[in-house]
Amino acid sequence: MIQNSKIYRILMSLVMLFFVFACLLPFALLISGSLSSESSLKAFGYTLFPREFSLEAYQYIWTTKSAIFRSYGMSLMYTAVGTIANMCMTFMFAYPLSRESLPGRKVISFILFFTMLFNGGFVPTYLIYANIFHIVDTYWGMVVPYLLMNAFYVIMCRTYITSNVPNEVVEAARIDGAGEMAVLLRVVTPMSRPILATIALMSAIAYWNNWTNGVYFIRIRTELYGIQNFLNSVMNNVTVLSSHSSSLGTARQIPSTGIRMALAVIAVIPVLIAYPFFQKSFVAGITVGSVKG
Amino acid sequence: MKQKYPKHKKRFVRALPLYLMMLPGFLYLVVNNYMPMAGLALAFKKVDYSAGILNSPWTGFSNFKYLFSTKDAFIFFRNTILYNLAFIFLGNLLGVFTAIALDSLKKKFFRRASQIVILIPYLLSTVIISYIVYAFLSGSTGFVNNTLLKALGGEPVSWYSQAGYWPVILVIVYLWMSFGYSSILYYSTLIGIDKTYYEAAVVDGASILQQIRFITLPFLKTTIITLVLMAVGRICYSDFGLFYQIPMNSGLLYSTTQTIDTYVYRALLEMNDIGRSTAAGFLQSILGFVCIFIANTVVSKIDRESALF
Repeated sequence: MIQNSKIYRILMSLVMLFFVFACLLPFALLISGSLSSESSLKAFGYTLFPREFSLEAYQYIWTTKSAIFRSYGMSLMYTAVGTIANMCMTFMFAYPLSRESLPGRKVISFILFFTMLFNGGFVPTYLIYANIFHIVDTYWGMVVPYLLMNAFYVIMCRTYITSNVPNEVVEAARIDGAGEMAVLLRVVTPMSRPILATIALMSAIAYWNNWTNGVYFIRIRTELYGIQNFLNSVMNNVTVLSSHSSSLGTARQIPSTGIRMALAVIAVIPVLIAYPFFQKSFVAGITVGSVKG
Repeated sequence: MKQKYPKHKKRFVRALPLYLMMLPGFLYLVVNNYMPMAGLALAFKKVDYSAGILNSPWTGFSNFKYLFSTKDAFIFFRNTILYNLAFIFLGNLLGVFTAIALDSLKKKFFRRASQIVILIPYLLSTVIISYIVYAFLSGSTGFVNNTLLKALGGEPVSWYSQAGYWPVILVIVYLWMSFGYSSILYYSTLIGIDKTYYEAAVVDGASILQQIRFITLPFLKTTIITLVLMAVGRICYSDFGLFYQIPMNSGLLYSTTQTIDTYVYRALLEMNDIGRSTAAGFLQSILGFVCIFIANTVVSKIDRESALF
């Protein structure tokens, strides 16, 4: 820490306050927009504090049993399935690579690593998934492409196992007659909890925030949309909100200006609530994962 | 010598359970990474869906000639590179500055809270960020038009149809969503600096700027060079969400928002122009590989630990 004068410290504190404010201000705009009456939004636009407090946007979302709840559920499902699959695949790929006795270890490591240097890009990836595996407009399209396993996390995980699980422990378990799967589950897994938590967290965030797979691979069956793609379609056309509630029809005016903000708030609140609890692992994931790969 | 072969074989048999464990991940690498690499050959084919991808006829470089027959290619290559240069320069500058500011906070609570808050934008999806930008820039109800410009006496601006503003808007949005991330990286290097360096410097009469110039920055040098070079290695790639979603996919803004990634997507799925799309994607993959390779070679010369290979 720089040895400093009081003026310097006050100055830097003010700078930091400004940054903190700059990060939080947009949320004030979102929340206030969602809590304002439609007429005041039409007159004054989005403001930092509601001009005229109203819950009509949330009421509308609640009473129309809007498709948002469905897409919310879909997102939860994709996140759960994707994260668990990612964790298992990453761990099961990383552990054998950490065993020095594995024949062909170098070749496999290179095959894994090369994917970080070179990739085919969007067009071949899309064409192969769409025309050979036919995953357009299926659940697979939301979960499988791009996100299921990442060379980067496999290497991170392998490094962790190599430096934290002593080879002797694994060998001893093998001599005692434990199979490879038993060693993985009973010996290596308990010793690798921190890295597994980091991978699970990064993967869960990636799945929850993922909207590109929906844009790329969901073309007609929009009921497969997760929350992000649902928000995306609302932005383009507010009427999709009511498409799953037939009875009300168009008789009721959609408070579209406020609803947009209310939907964004609903989508972002769970992440913000959970964030302080996983902040430490998140920072660990970032710092381990970048400079020192 | 005779015994060697069976021994070797035995090693493979013993390792069989390990190979089986790796099978799902291995298959995924084949499908998700290696098959698309082979698919790059499509850039030299005239893709005909009715004949199938494999049976489509070869056409040499015609897709590339076709790609460069309009001004589009120049625009999206230029945009991609220029935006990346701006992001690399300003992003790292702001990151270092924020890290130094963070490091000079005395109150532990304030420091912890700031760290938590500045990472929030990095946690959000691009869709949420596009909603936030919309709340600021919407023509009829946006905060900028209705509150800021009104207070300053300016005329409302139709942001989503004026391409000229977008280089500035996108740079601000990029900095907003990523400065927390890069400052945390720099901060994690800063906290490792031994306090006695600064104390000795103060005894010698060093001012604050001199302390930054002669102690902090030299310690950050390796991290800065590494992060900059890694970003230069990805100079042919852009964040699809930032350039597609934040400008709301507005066609009026293409001249300043189109990048290689958005072009490849739009050409393939919106304009059904597979020839140009594969050609642009091919160039991106190859150039990307060359850039990453060069950047990494340089990094490994400077700091072996930070290099990918």
